[in-house]
Amino acid sequence: MSDNAADGGAQAAGGGTVADLVPLLEVRDVAKYFGSVNALQGVSLKVYPGEVTCVLGDNGAGKSTLIKILSGVFQPDAGEVLLSGEPISLAGPREARAAGIATVFQDLATIPLMSLWRNFFLGQEPTVGWGPLRRLDAGQARAIMRDELLKMGIDVRDPNQNVGTLSGGERQALAIARAVYFGARVLILDEPTSALGVRQSGIVLKYIVQARELGKGVIFITHNPHHAYPVGDRFYLLKRGQLMASVLKSETTIKGLTDMMAGGQELEELSRELMGLTGSADAPDAELAEVARTLSEEASAEPDGTAS
Amino acid sequence: MEATPQDSGGADRTAVAVAGGTGAGGAAPGTKDERLVRVSRLTRLLQRPDLGALMGVIAIFLIFGGFDASPNHLWFTQTGLAAWSQQAAFYGIMAVPVGLLMIGGEFDLSAGVMTGATAIVMALLVGHLHWNAWLAIVGTLVFAALIGLLNGFVVVRSKLPSFIVTLATFFVLRGVSIGGVLLVNHGSSQVALTGTSFPGLASAKDVFGSSFASSSSLPSGYQTAILWFIAVTVLGAWILGRTTFGNWIFAVGGDANAARNTGVPVGRTKTMLFLSTSLAGGLVGIISFTQASSAVSEQGVGYEFYYIIAAVVGGCLLTGGYGSAVGAALGACIIGMAFQGVIYAGWDSSWDFAFLGIVLFLAVLVNTFVYRRAQRARR
Repeated sequence: MSDNAADGGAQAAGGGTVADLVPLLEVRDVAKYFGSVNALQGVSLKVYPGEVTCVLGDNGAGKSTLIKILSGVFQPDAGEVLLSGEPISLAGPREARAAGIATVFQDLATIPLMSLWRNFFLGQEPTVGWGPLRRLDAGQARAIMRDELLKMGIDVRDPNQNVGTLSGGERQALAIARAVYFGARVLILDEPTSALGVRQSGIVLKYIVQARELGKGVIFITHNPHHAYPVGDRFYLLKRGQLMASVLKSETTIKGLTDMMAGGQELEELSRELMGLTGSADAPDAELAEVARTLSEEASAEPDGTAS
Repeated sequence: MEATPQDSGGADRTAVAVAGGTGAGGAAPGTKDERLVRVSRLTRLLQRPDLGALMGVIAIFLIFGGFDASPNHLWFTQTGLAAWSQQAAFYGIMAVPVGLLMIGGEFDLSAGVMTGATAIVMALLVGHLHWNAWLAIVGTLVFAALIGLLNGFVVVRSKLPSFIVTLATFFVLRGVSIGGVLLVNHGSSQVALTGTSFPGLASAKDVFGSSFASSSSLPSGYQTAILWFIAVTVLGAWILGRTTFGNWIFAVGGDANAARNTGVPVGRTKTMLFLSTSLAGGLVGIISFTQASSAVSEQGVGYEFYYIIAAVVGGCLLTGGYGSAVGAALGACIIGMAFQGVIYAGWDSSWDFAFLGIVLFLAVLVNTFVYRRAQRARR
């Protein structure tokens, strides 16, 4: 399945806005092997500025390997990565960051016991003074952080507040705002909503849209099509290390996306099996029945699903 | 999707609101901000990690003032102050860097024996090799630095717990200082200066092992170690609170992985912290040698736990990521007061340890309580 509609059809379906643009980041035919395992094979994708590119896939689909290649942790065994049309080789995370590719990791990269402004500037602190009197410019740091978070639509009242007192969604937002401030052109978000509740996920999705509005190329990695569909512009589906499909938003619906991703049939079968298990034994296990019900609901996912 | 009541309530209580979101609703922004400023002043005070230690210092000072049974009631005089502060200085010069290391998420169990081993190194350099005392001080600090770098290097590279690595360093240093001294010193465990002139020793003693501000009411004056203690505390507080490196200390102790992801040089930060504890050990060794003009093997053994107690009493989290240099210094003052107070109260000093154990436990209890409260008050 290599009908890369998202790549080929971008010009037509993008309404002319990205018609002649060179992709901000392009991955061409990338492969990565670990011993005899093909973690990734023949994966290509394009990221345009001011767009959200969603990479969807279940566990073990190769999403993490792809991120690690893009963030410089791994080097691809085949294929190439192009930044603004130029082939680049990312020797490490620092090089990737210097090239403007920022990864907001799943484990957030914020320190709960430290204040907002200390977290925001961690690793790249502004200083004043000279020699042994060189010190943190706390006042400026607080002001900048407040401004930057305001751009993301967050009104910080106390920059000295510990990050640990923020909700998961707000922490993600802080990490995103930090990446944007430090010059990221490409933002890679690794499962930013996976550990969050419905409402918090909604907040993060809002920040993803904010980053897109700032003209960043956003790569949104997730296993949840309900989160990807509302904010995504183009969708790439990974399965067992290969690109299964790539579609533009205009070419699909959330139902289509869900079906493509997990395979609607598989889900239905699984739910029937579970129903059979629980139903025949007169529902001895309420939990199992619950799982089955959820599965069947998900298999027949409604278009205006959970994400908002 | 509709937010649950708990969800929107949570957003209301946090000081960050999503502009235009549903969670921030209710009062006008202006009035809400005023209320928040008032709350945050209180919580900021509560959140200070050294608050508990300050209250502890005041409490212990008053308690031992009450139990003071010494003739002429020395506790509230300059004599009393000089007595406990000189003890506090010896613990505090170490407790501050040990506290920083603890905030950075590591332990240094070799810190105690380091103070003795460096005193012996200096005694041997001056007494046996007849180095100029100032050169011997440089040599002693180089020795301390090498041990610290070794500790840091092994911990960072091997990824073993620093508890184990520095425990090994502790035993090696202890063994070498006992065996080495016996070997060099022909069977004596004390290295004392014999003979008359040691170049530079007098001026070195003035700087490290002397006293100041002697008066009619306090003929012996205060030990210069107290000045070093104050200097180390100010330096530690400055580094931790005001510098980039201080930011990194909190980060590597709070979450080393996240720190690495944001570009903090985790290994270098930890190595520098190990370096600072052993350099402080060297400083204490130099001070104690210049004071006594001799050094004994096994000096300082067991003191590492006093430093850890002082740091914990001062509000440093055992798990890292949180704490205060001033707090660790206050913790050292509590230990100094306790040891001197027991003497003035006329109690059997064998009970010191039981007392310390109780103080440690209470301090951790209070700190944890205050800390949790402060965290909750923010939500």
